[in-house]
Amino acid sequence: MELILASAIGVLTAAGIYLVLRPRTFSVVMGLSFLTYAINFFLVSAGRLAVNRPDILVAGKDLSEYTDPLPQALVLTSIVISFGMTALIVVMGVRGYFENENDRVNLDATEEVIARSRQ
Amino acid sequence: MNLSCLIGWMADVADVAKVTVPDGPSPEHLLVLPILLPAVVAPLLALAVRHDIVLARVFSLGATLGLLALGLLMVWTANDGTIRVYELGSWKAPFGIVLVLDRLSAMMVLLTACLAVIVQLHAMGGWDRRGHHFYSLFQVQLMGINGAFLTGDLFNLFVFFELLLIASYGLMVHGGGPFRLKAGLQYVTVNLVGSVIFLMGLGTIYGSTGTLNMADFAVRISQVPESDQALVAVGATLLLVVFAIKAALVPLHFWLPATYSNAPPLVAALFAIMSKVGVYCLIRFADLSLLERAGALAGLGTNWLVPCSVVTVIVGSVGVLAARSLSQQASYAGIASVGTMLIAFGIFTPAAQAAGFYYLLHSTLAVAALFLLIDLVIARRPGAGDGLDPIPFPQRGLIAALFFVSVTTVIGLPPWAGFLGKVQILGSLQSASDWPWLWATILGGSAITLLGFANTGSAVFWKPAATENDPESESPTHLSAENVVPPSPIMPIAAIGLTWALLILLTVFPGMLFPYLDAMTQQLFDPQQYIDAVLKPAGATGT
Repeated sequence: MELILASAIGVLTAAGIYLVLRPRTFSVVMGLSFLTYAINFFLVSAGRLAVNRPDILVAGKDLSEYTDPLPQALVLTSIVISFGMTALIVVMGVRGYFENENDRVNLDATEEVIARSRQ
Repeated sequence: MNLSCLIGWMADVADVAKVTVPDGPSPEHLLVLPILLPAVVAPLLALAVRHDIVLARVFSLGATLGLLALGLLMVWTANDGTIRVYELGSWKAPFGIVLVLDRLSAMMVLLTACLAVIVQLHAMGGWDRRGHHFYSLFQVQLMGINGAFLTGDLFNLFVFFELLLIASYGLMVHGGGPFRLKAGLQYVTVNLVGSVIFLMGLGTIYGSTGTLNMADFAVRISQVPESDQALVAVGATLLLVVFAIKAALVPLHFWLPATYSNAPPLVAALFAIMSKVGVYCLIRFADLSLLERAGALAGLGTNWLVPCSVVTVIVGSVGVLAARSLSQQASYAGIASVGTMLIAFGIFTPAAQAAGFYYLLHSTLAVAALFLLIDLVIARRPGAGDGLDPIPFPQRGLIAALFFVSVTTVIGLPPWAGFLGKVQILGSLQSASDWPWLWATILGGSAITLLGFANTGSAVFWKPAATENDPESESPTHLSAENVVPPSPIMPIAAIGLTWALLILLTVFPGMLFPYLDAMTQQLFDPQQYIDAVLKPAGATGT
């Protein structure tokens, strides 16, 4: 299981980094999603991998039979935040696409001059 | 009247909280108020008063002034030397989230509040009408910044970072425009990648030390078994990288000029405190856990701070010289000032850090004032923006005079506090072994910055407009956006005046300020105080 999780995190991160460095908005957003998936898996693994163990107290169980509940809370927070951020960047990307009539990520020097003259 | 209702309601909230807290050490509700106040006002602004700009202004101004009062009260409270701890939900320290108030966080909250009042005044001059929900985003941003300054928990720090960032994304594209949206998208992307790195660092630290509480981490970092030291080092380094991204330390500064120069100038003025959030976190984290008490991991990453800061000063000041617009210039000046203060922080002596914080107070306000002034230039040159070309505009002489004064504060020329701060920094750097190089960097950086601003001053304000009779020059003027509300000059001038008043106070009363700063750095260099306060609240409040 360690191997599967570790390689999943590695592949997701690699794909994410590659996509974030692409020049178009869509692939950047996809890349960010991959990166956040990778990070969510990684946070789960920070509490050590455990199968079939409760994370809330049950009567009559030894402390060693529990899994760490904190990383799960961290992952939940991280999922919520990254979901919100992805929604936000999609909105900004779509608006930028309609206003710029292209979805390139890089800042163009000639566009900058035009933008300044419109200020 | 509404405001007094609100304050009354806030008091009720505080009362309710007091009742529900079980017995224990006396709860310090003051600590949570700078977070709570904007948190209550922001949704109120977004939901209740979104159709009435006057009411929104009144509410937001009231909240900002309330924040200023809280900031003063916090500095007053923290000045007795006790480190106060607020346990959210009364959960005990290493397990629950704590807010910590010491002299440093109190001072940073006060600085945020001062800057908030300034930006608020400027926004009331007309910027708040150019897009929706300016004030609610503004309040959320303040909440995030205050939270980042007050929290004593690393994961909570992440949450407050996200809060201040998500508000800053909205503020960054306030007023709209295709190019600003594009720059905003880049800004969001950089910060999302930063957040991913932050989480990676947190996961590594939690996995290897089992804690995310800053004080607890400072205790455990010295007890890490040798097999786990590499993991802890990786985690801590990742956090330092994130803080360096926020502080715009070279080589992680690349996002800042594009962001600040494309954001609305008054938002850029507010962002002047955001790079200081990065600086604050860097110093807090390093002073607390990475100095000699870290055992085998001592000096981790902090050895890199001075070399990176030296390059930051060089890149910043050369950037000022090379910039193509006023706001780019101000952004690079901000980078150079961060570099200067991080050189002072990076040698990790109390005297140098006190000088660095004095310079931080000054440079934050000075850079903010410069951005506000640039807004005045842009408003008077429709069609030319803040480019560096000589175009006549109304009140050119007045703005030129204001620009001159503002630039002297940013560079740190005498008689301003920036000069005193730099002299203090230079003096304290003599304890470093390679001080001649650091002196040369800081002084050379200032000289290059001066050259860059002198160049701009002559280009924008002094040169006669050679193209005046040229028919070509007619073309940009008609481009002036008709939907832009012409800003009233009174509020911006009031905002800039207030900033300068604060700068003059800093300049005239360093004698009153330095005892506080010295006591503050004493506190920073005695992390045991912080650890005792957080992990043993009963014993610490008793002494």
